[in-house]
Amino acid sequence: MKRYGDVTAVAGVDLEVPTGTVLALLGPNGAGKTTTVRMLTTLLVPDEGSATVAGVDVAADPREVRRRIGLSGQYAAVDENLTGLENLDMVGRLYHLGRKRSKERAWELLEQFDLTDAAKRVTKTYSGGMRRRLDLAGALVAEPPVLFLDEPTTGLDPRSRNDMWDLLTRMVGGGTTLLLTTQYLEEAERLADDIVVIDHGRVIARGTADDLKTQVGGQRVEVVVGSEADVDTAAAVLHEVAAGELQVERRARRITAPVTSGSRALVDVLQRLAEVGVVPLDAGVRRPTLDDVFLTLTGKPAEEVAGGDDPARPVAEEVRS
Amino acid sequence: MSAVTEVLADSSVIAKRNILKITRIPDLLVGTLISPIMFILLFGYVFGGAIAVGGGNYREFLVPGIFAQTVIFGATVTGAGIADDMQKGIIERFRSLPMAQSSVLVGRTASDVVLNVIVTVIMSLTGLLIGWRIRTSLLDAVIGYALLLLFAYAISWVMGLLGLLIRTPEAFNNLTFLTIFPLTFITNAFVPLESFPGPLRTVAEWNPVSTLVQAARERFGNVPPQTELSSWSLQNSELYTLLWIVVILAVFVPLATRQYRRAAAR
Repeated sequence: MKRYGDVTAVAGVDLEVPTGTVLALLGPNGAGKTTTVRMLTTLLVPDEGSATVAGVDVAADPREVRRRIGLSGQYAAVDENLTGLENLDMVGRLYHLGRKRSKERAWELLEQFDLTDAAKRVTKTYSGGMRRRLDLAGALVAEPPVLFLDEPTTGLDPRSRNDMWDLLTRMVGGGTTLLLTTQYLEEAERLADDIVVIDHGRVIARGTADDLKTQVGGQRVEVVVGSEADVDTAAAVLHEVAAGELQVERRARRITAPVTSGSRALVDVLQRLAEVGVVPLDAGVRRPTLDDVFLTLTGKPAEEVAGGDDPARPVAEEVRS
Repeated sequence: MSAVTEVLADSSVIAKRNILKITRIPDLLVGTLISPIMFILLFGYVFGGAIAVGGGNYREFLVPGIFAQTVIFGATVTGAGIADDMQKGIIERFRSLPMAQSSVLVGRTASDVVLNVIVTVIMSLTGLLIGWRIRTSLLDAVIGYALLLLFAYAISWVMGLLGLLIRTPEAFNNLTFLTIFPLTFITNAFVPLESFPGPLRTVAEWNPVSTLVQAARERFGNVPPQTELSSWSLQNSELYTLLWIVVILAVFVPLATRQYRRAAAR
């Protein structure tokens, strides 16, 4: 069992990640995710509070913490003038793995991350996805028991993102304890055992992906109509299938409804719209986003909450199951 | 591993990385060489004819001055490199590793020395081509080169601090250009000090770059016969230069190290 107790990010974040599990720190830009990670990885000294990583106090023995963690930051911190192999070898040497072991480990990781062919190319020539993979490989050089990934897929194209998810899923299967930050609910859902939603440096919700989904609702049916006059008619139709409150964006002429069974609801909606004579410009089912989580939890969209001065009300107790 | 061996081992890893960079970006070496070669040609063949150096050969007088200017510019690579590493998140990665943190700066400055050795060899060959000669012993020559490299090493630490403070390579390069040009031009590197007007002459006499150049000329045997050593600093050029090296290192090694901790923890 590891404990991260009382880490003060902007206001206060209490985290606990049991060994071998994955915790996702979910929140919009500026929520305090990176700050939290930087404090847990000894890059920042917290002003208040304490944290224990892999049984070691972060403030008391940062060096020992660094021996036990791997960190991959928001942007790929690879040396673009070195080859992939040289990058990993350098990290291994700085973990004091020794000359021979560093090189061996570098090759192992290149193989594991599908970079063997590019091993001897300078990373300047790598694609964004390759750089991310190399950066992640760098975090794994010393086979750390605890891993921190700060927005591992931000800025990646959808395909690279999928590849990264597959890779991470395989990795955490091996028993690594992982704390990752993300802006994507889908990512948290897919990778994490537990999700902590933070905003303004405060925890506003926590639970398993299922807990959150139950709270936020499953899928969304979204309809865009051609004229503003049709918005109310369409809203009335969506109201009939909605499992929760509707979201009406009048100017975008978009109505969104949380539903329990997405495709069935969509068929119903389209049928009813045809009956009342409204032709939608666009209609579809989508998964809930971070925005939906925030809307449900705070009644405000993510950006607005993050930008405002009024800190979101902590509702952690209500969410905990 | 003891603390000292750890710093040495980690520093050599960092230095190796920076040296690989020299081979990967030819511009780095070319950029460091292009201006001194231009200066050698410009002063050696264009302006030089109008500069009298007290009975000596101007081009022979010029080359040790060019050496000094070149290695000092070479020393700025540390600062630009550190600023670049900060910007790209490399320092963040280093900071998350259980390595000796001081080795980032130690390794960085050490790799400047390697760059400067390469640059000095090339500049020496260029000097030989235009008629410069070492007229003393091998030992004297080695001491002369060592002094040049040591002074540049001390400057590397100043540049390291500046790089940490400024954080963007572009701004850093502009600033060093503005500071290093006066530092190397208000000296005896290109013209004899006798031609300087009063107060400026005093500044130049006590400028450690002047004394470095004077010491190098003495060790290489390039001092023009009628050179007037008008100040204590020039009469004891080697001692005075060494004092500067010690003082710069004593002040800037701790300052840069402290700034590294601060800058990285922001």
